[in-house]
Amino acid sequence: MIWNEQIECMDPQQLKGVQSERLAKLAEYVYSNSPFYQQRFDQHKIKPDSIKTIEQITDLPFTTKIDLRDNYPFGMFSVPQKGITEIHVSSGTTGNPTVVGYTKEDIKLWSDVMARALCCAGAEPDDTIQIAYGYGLFTGGLGFHYGSLEMGLTTIPASSGQTKRQLKIMQDFKPRILACTPSYALYMAEQAKELGIDPRKSSWKIGIFGAEPWSDSMRDEIENLWDMLATDVYGLSEIIGPGVAQECPHKDGLHIFSDVFFPEIIDPATDQPVEPGQDGELVITTLTKQGIPLIRYRTRDIVSMNIEKCRCGRTSPRISKIKGRTDDMIIIRGINLFPSQIEEVLLSIEGTQPHYQIVVDRKEHGLDMVQVQVEIEEQLFSDEVRKLNELKAKIQNGIEGVVGLRVDVKLVEPKTIVRSEGKSKRVIDKRKN
Amino acid sequence: MRLKQISVFLENKKGRLQDVCSLLGSNGINMRALTIAETESFGVLRMVVDKSDQAIDLLRKNDFAANVTDVVAVEVEDKPGGLAGILKIISDNDVNIEYMYGFVEKFSDKALLVFRFEDTDHAQRILNENGVSIVAEKDIQGL
Amino acid sequence: MTEKFWNKEIETAPRDQIEKLQVQGLKKVIQWALDTPFYGKKLKKSEINSPDDFNCIADLTKLPFTTKDDLRNNFPRGLLAVDMSEVVRIHSSSGTTGIPTVIYFTQDDVNRWSDIVARSIIATGARKGDIFQNMMTYGLFTGGLGLHYGAEKVGMTVIPVSSGNTKRQVQIMKDFQSTVVHATPSYLMHLHSVIEQSGPGLAGLALRKTFVGAEPHSENTRLKIEEMFGIDAYNSYGLSELNGPGVAFECEFKDSMHVWEDAYIVEIIDPATGQQLPAGEEGEVVLTNLIRQATPLIRYRTRDLAYLTNEPCRCGRTHQRLSRITGRTDDMLIINGVNVFPSQIEEIIMQIPEVGTNWQICLDKDGALDKLTVNVEIYSKMFSGDASQIEKLRSRIKEELRASIVINPIVRLHEPGFLPVSEGKAKRVIDNRPKI
Repeated sequence: MIWNEQIECMDPQQLKGVQSERLAKLAEYVYSNSPFYQQRFDQHKIKPDSIKTIEQITDLPFTTKIDLRDNYPFGMFSVPQKGITEIHVSSGTTGNPTVVGYTKEDIKLWSDVMARALCCAGAEPDDTIQIAYGYGLFTGGLGFHYGSLEMGLTTIPASSGQTKRQLKIMQDFKPRILACTPSYALYMAEQAKELGIDPRKSSWKIGIFGAEPWSDSMRDEIENLWDMLATDVYGLSEIIGPGVAQECPHKDGLHIFSDVFFPEIIDPATDQPVEPGQDGELVITTLTKQGIPLIRYRTRDIVSMNIEKCRCGRTSPRISKIKGRTDDMIIIRGINLFPSQIEEVLLSIEGTQPHYQIVVDRKEHGLDMVQVQVEIEEQLFSDEVRKLNELKAKIQNGIEGVVGLRVDVKLVEPKTIVRSEGKSKRVIDKRKN
Repeated sequence: MRLKQISVFLENKKGRLQDVCSLLGSNGINMRALTIAETESFGVLRMVVDKSDQAIDLLRKNDFAANVTDVVAVEVEDKPGGLAGILKIISDNDVNIEYMYGFVEKFSDKALLVFRFEDTDHAQRILNENGVSIVAEKDIQGL
Repeated sequence: MTEKFWNKEIETAPRDQIEKLQVQGLKKVIQWALDTPFYGKKLKKSEINSPDDFNCIADLTKLPFTTKDDLRNNFPRGLLAVDMSEVVRIHSSSGTTGIPTVIYFTQDDVNRWSDIVARSIIATGARKGDIFQNMMTYGLFTGGLGLHYGAEKVGMTVIPVSSGNTKRQVQIMKDFQSTVVHATPSYLMHLHSVIEQSGPGLAGLALRKTFVGAEPHSENTRLKIEEMFGIDAYNSYGLSELNGPGVAFECEFKDSMHVWEDAYIVEIIDPATGQQLPAGEEGEVVLTNLIRQATPLIRYRTRDLAYLTNEPCRCGRTHQRLSRITGRTDDMLIINGVNVFPSQIEEIIMQIPEVGTNWQICLDKDGALDKLTVNVEIYSKMFSGDASQIEKLRSRIKEELRASIVINPIVRLHEPGFLPVSEGKAKRVIDNRPKI
């Protein structure tokens, strides 16, 4: 089933017309409603009424995560607060978090693209979905919730964690669809086996996995373990949350809903567009969003794009799985972590900057684990084990406060973290396969 | 009199304790008493040595996280109930022990007990008042 | 001019009108209930075959009670009144211990629930334009999503923070100038202590109201919260079996909670005899849900103790008011807003082989928050003498409890024989929290 066949299967030329019309409207809209974009346009001497076709998008300036951070909390809003019905916040690199504000219309847009994504993955209106993404400020849980509501599925808002309970819910209510991070799907398979549940006999037949990068070999593993179809969903809270792009059962790239999220792939070094099929940074323009519309937002995700029509009938371009990042951000269970955040926490704890290293691993039954290793220095060291345990807890709680992620903290002996050219290597990501 | 105890942070890795011991040994430093407090991922080695200033310099130079703490060592009759007598004095006087460990000297008839108290001054006074013999720094060096 | 009522006609309807609505609602509920396997049997046993026998509110007492055990014994579909394809939402108490309970909703059920939550919000004087920071847990627990739906309906700006991460909560309160928050009373007090420690304190906050729920608390606690923050605090009552929040809510006068009687029929009964008690007398709260088709509930014994007031309220609403919850008829504990039965804790602890036979839990206040200490005796045969084994055992017990009852306990291990052994029934729970 295709949720919005008219748009999703539209002839590319006609789609260009829709995109052009929307871009022209967007240029006018942001110029008259967003002081930020008004200033940007003036700086670049862009007259909003000169923007008439989608090709002209390259005349417009980029928007970056730094812009969002500098204009925190309300500077990017294009409507007064009273018109905002929902706010989500995600932690930023350092200091200010990133904020997303939705109007009632934006929530409708989100519900619509998420319904498209669910259908694209193969959901049918009578299905039951178990949503095991975190509910709350993280957009994963509520995004799926809204899409499921829009589509009329039976929703089980399980939220993340509590694995035994997740499995119990699966057995009790037999949902056919599971939505969570891919590493959590692996982890649950391991736990299921330990509890004597055969994952291949589970009711889950379609998985919609996202919020962290994953590989095709991981897909094979998940599909084998659970005997299910594992599809990839892409999104980022700055744009809307989940629902920017979704794989269909052909699993040959993620359909990006380009009538509302216009994609470009650029060379991050030169800012110039790359040829279809070439790797580059994904840049997205939200063509219809009201609360915080973004023009040419640099996602920092490296992907390639395929503009061929898909066998499923959808004409929208497809992006590849995320192949990398242009910055040092690490994604763990859907949460974005920057090494600079860890530095900030360590600095605040003892006023000094101990050597540290972040080790990310998927070893323990598929769940992504982060270990922050901190070198013990004299001023941190105590002869009392209790105090050392307190220090560990303090670092752990500090990181959780800033990043929203519980990490394992390991105290290590001085000078044991390998230094390269004086500076230690901050991140060791063992997940890459 | 109080003694300087040296504590060293050790990861739970093979050979680390031996590294410390051979470093001290090859530099002519003698350990008089030692204990290890272990956790799942690390341990804290605590010891009394004959040349504590030299030991701490050496350890730090060799990239160990090491610290000095004041402890009190007392002599106890090496016979049943010897320790109990001292502990009674301690608890009767509301002195809090953070931790303690024992050590028997082979050429004396006394056992050596190392205490880390919450309030070292107070503990020392109580022990003195009750006639418990406290080991001095020079005694350790001479042992 | 802001509207004082969400649905003035119903909220201020004369009593006879409300009773008429209730009788209509009851007929509907009986019809729905007859469609479920459980009530189909149970009502027929009481010789109730059609809604036609119910023509006045006094007829309610002809109906049998429904208990939590009924919900458990008929898990998962015994109380389902519609085809699964009509069900849009499932909220379940699915724990890993005990038998879970489940509540189904149709789209209409969710809409009707959202509507009474919206009504509750408006009754407190909060409205569109308010920035609402929801600090209740989102997910299967109905506290978070229930208020979310209502606030959405009112048109407030919702920040769905969910529970925990207090530093972040404070940051968001400051950055977004939140005007209304929703939390448990103990969490609000904890929040206050964190704010106090954070330099500027309350300066720079825009808070004006809070909804307080999921945990019984005293009038003094409310006054303390109001004084600490300089805001108004409104008590909220609900339980997941009856949808969740929105069963009863305080109005601007904060003088007991209006039960939305067009949506719920409330009775107070003597828990021993099952007889209805008059207004003013304390007893067990019994509720009939008139607005949920997918899982109808008739005369549900909540096990909460309270009393009713039917004096007219200054706000003009005619719906009866429910007092604060004064206690429970069973041994359920409410710890930081989470419902826990001692038997759940027992089940978790006893499946660990290194644990001996004796255990005890202690509840204390740690600042504002509840602190749960679990004292466990070690089974000496399983003890290897290895200190790290002890540490592992401690963290295992901690993790198991955290995973199934969502509370982070302090675990203390003791040598065998340490805990008091009592003749007959062991005293497993020591609740040192100040009485409400």
